Amino acid sequence: MDTGANNQSAAKVDGKDTTLIYRQSRWTRLTHWLWAFSLFFMLLSGLQIFNARPQLYIGKQSGFEFNNTILEIGAENTANGPRGFTAIFGHRFDTTGVLGWSGPPGQETQRAFPSWLTIPSYYDLGTARVVHFFFAWVLSATLLIWLIAGLINGHIRRDLAPRLDDLKRLPQDIVDHAKLKFHHTREYNTLQKMAYGGVLFVLLPLMIVTGLAMSPSMNSVLPWLNEILGGRQTARTIHFTVMLLLVGFFVIHILMIVAAGPINELRSIITGWYRTDPPAKHDQPTERSV
Amino acid sequence: MAKFQISRRKFLTASSLGLSGIALSGCDAFDSGLGIGGGLRSFLENANGLTYRAQRLLAGREALAPEFTEADIRQPQRPNGVTAPDDDTYKGLLANNFADWRLEVTGLVEKPLSLTREQLQNMPSRTQITRHDCVEGWSCIAKWTGTPLSLVLDQAVVKPQARYVMFHCLDTIEQSLSGNIKYYGTIDLIDARHPQTILAYGLNGKPLPVENGAPLRVRVERQLGYKMPKYVYKIELVDSFANVGGGRGGYWEDNGYDWYGGI
Repeated sequence: MDTGANNQSAAKVDGKDTTLIYRQSRWTRLTHWLWAFSLFFMLLSGLQIFNARPQLYIGKQSGFEFNNTILEIGAENTANGPRGFTAIFGHRFDTTGVLGWSGPPGQETQRAFPSWLTIPSYYDLGTARVVHFFFAWVLSATLLIWLIAGLINGHIRRDLAPRLDDLKRLPQDIVDHAKLKFHHTREYNTLQKMAYGGVLFVLLPLMIVTGLAMSPSMNSVLPWLNEILGGRQTARTIHFTVMLLLVGFFVIHILMIVAAGPINELRSIITGWYRTDPPAKHDQPTERSV
Repeated sequence: MAKFQISRRKFLTASSLGLSGIALSGCDAFDSGLGIGGGLRSFLENANGLTYRAQRLLAGREALAPEFTEADIRQPQRPNGVTAPDDDTYKGLLANNFADWRLEVTGLVEKPLSLTREQLQNMPSRTQITRHDCVEGWSCIAKWTGTPLSLVLDQAVVKPQARYVMFHCLDTIEQSLSGNIKYYGTIDLIDARHPQTILAYGLNGKPLPVENGAPLRVRVERQLGYKMPKYVYKIELVDSFANVGGGRGGYWEDNGYDWYGGI
């Protein structure tokens, strides 16, 4: 690992603190927080938009006289009073209190996602759309800025591009993560590359594309888009599914940060400076697999 | 140097934590700052203007919304909003099968028109199988037949200062203390003159049913459903939203929805 060795020696020259290295460029840090901020608002306004039609379909249109519904969140009257339910591929689950039927005791209402998960907290589709599309522009612009900066400053090629070495290291990497054993190095490990690359090159672009596919005006510009995706309602379903994957990424991301050392990880994404493991441990690439 | 870096680091960490604290406690404040006319909301609403300009730039005047085949018509067109107007005027017209109904074309035009149903249906028509996308998120494919709005506008001769087409409707959408509000809405002249923008009187090969807007509704195929008023009786050419309801360009717009519904 030439780059690893160079970074270590550079860090030694840099100052007295031999293990503190400059890991995240200002572009990485700025775009990271812009994404975090805009994804927060997009998620909560998006769940409010979903509440206006808490069903997902497959195909070009929504089936009212035929059934192409794959997910439904609703409420129904039962012998025990109103209950919230979630139906996925025909399997029904009682989700009273969270999905379908929720609210303060005695004041429950029918709503797919609960008040505390939506912006605004009360039912307001128009406002949710205003918030959602504002941050859609912020998110897309940030992705574009990141892509340009990352290509120019070498971040994408140096830190994210997969190498043959990554593949060899993958099994050990999975074992290490499962044991919550983390190596603090300048480079991302294989699973990190897969997670960050997957979000930035697959999930976020797919989110933007499926979002645009739902726009009737964009359909006149790119009529083939919905044909590739399987129809507007399938695009909406993909949009929702990618949301779930992004939430899943977020949860794991936070868990990994907590497990790997939250102060060090936070410092590097705020200031750029990251404390690496003592040099001896990473001088030789072979020691990685020990 | 090292000392400065540490203090800078501490400063950044502290300020970031402080900012996130403000963001969290701001959740409740965020709700109230989002009211129509509020500063925060007005700022966020700029995105709709950006979307409008970007999509107009990409789609231009002529790009057509996708059209579908007969095989895609798998169900009746789902009605939404008002589906049975309770207004006496409307019920009177309906009782007479709209024989007394007229389409008025007024405002900034050289030759105001008053067209009967027959006159409108004798004009060249366009039939299109398109997908109706509701702002709520659902879609429904149906076949629409009607008179291109551009033909009606040409006949009335639009004055140069006109910028928007306003639709006046017969159905009461909201009952308020200050009186009943009948549905209204506006589109720009680009969409008004778009080849697929029609004044529809036919649905799936039959006369337009009451629940879908009889005797006449608008189809604006590159926008969402709330931009396509039903039960239309008057088309008015205007130069601004000043005299359109609350001034935001339509009934739903006055209730917080974006004027441009192309997304």
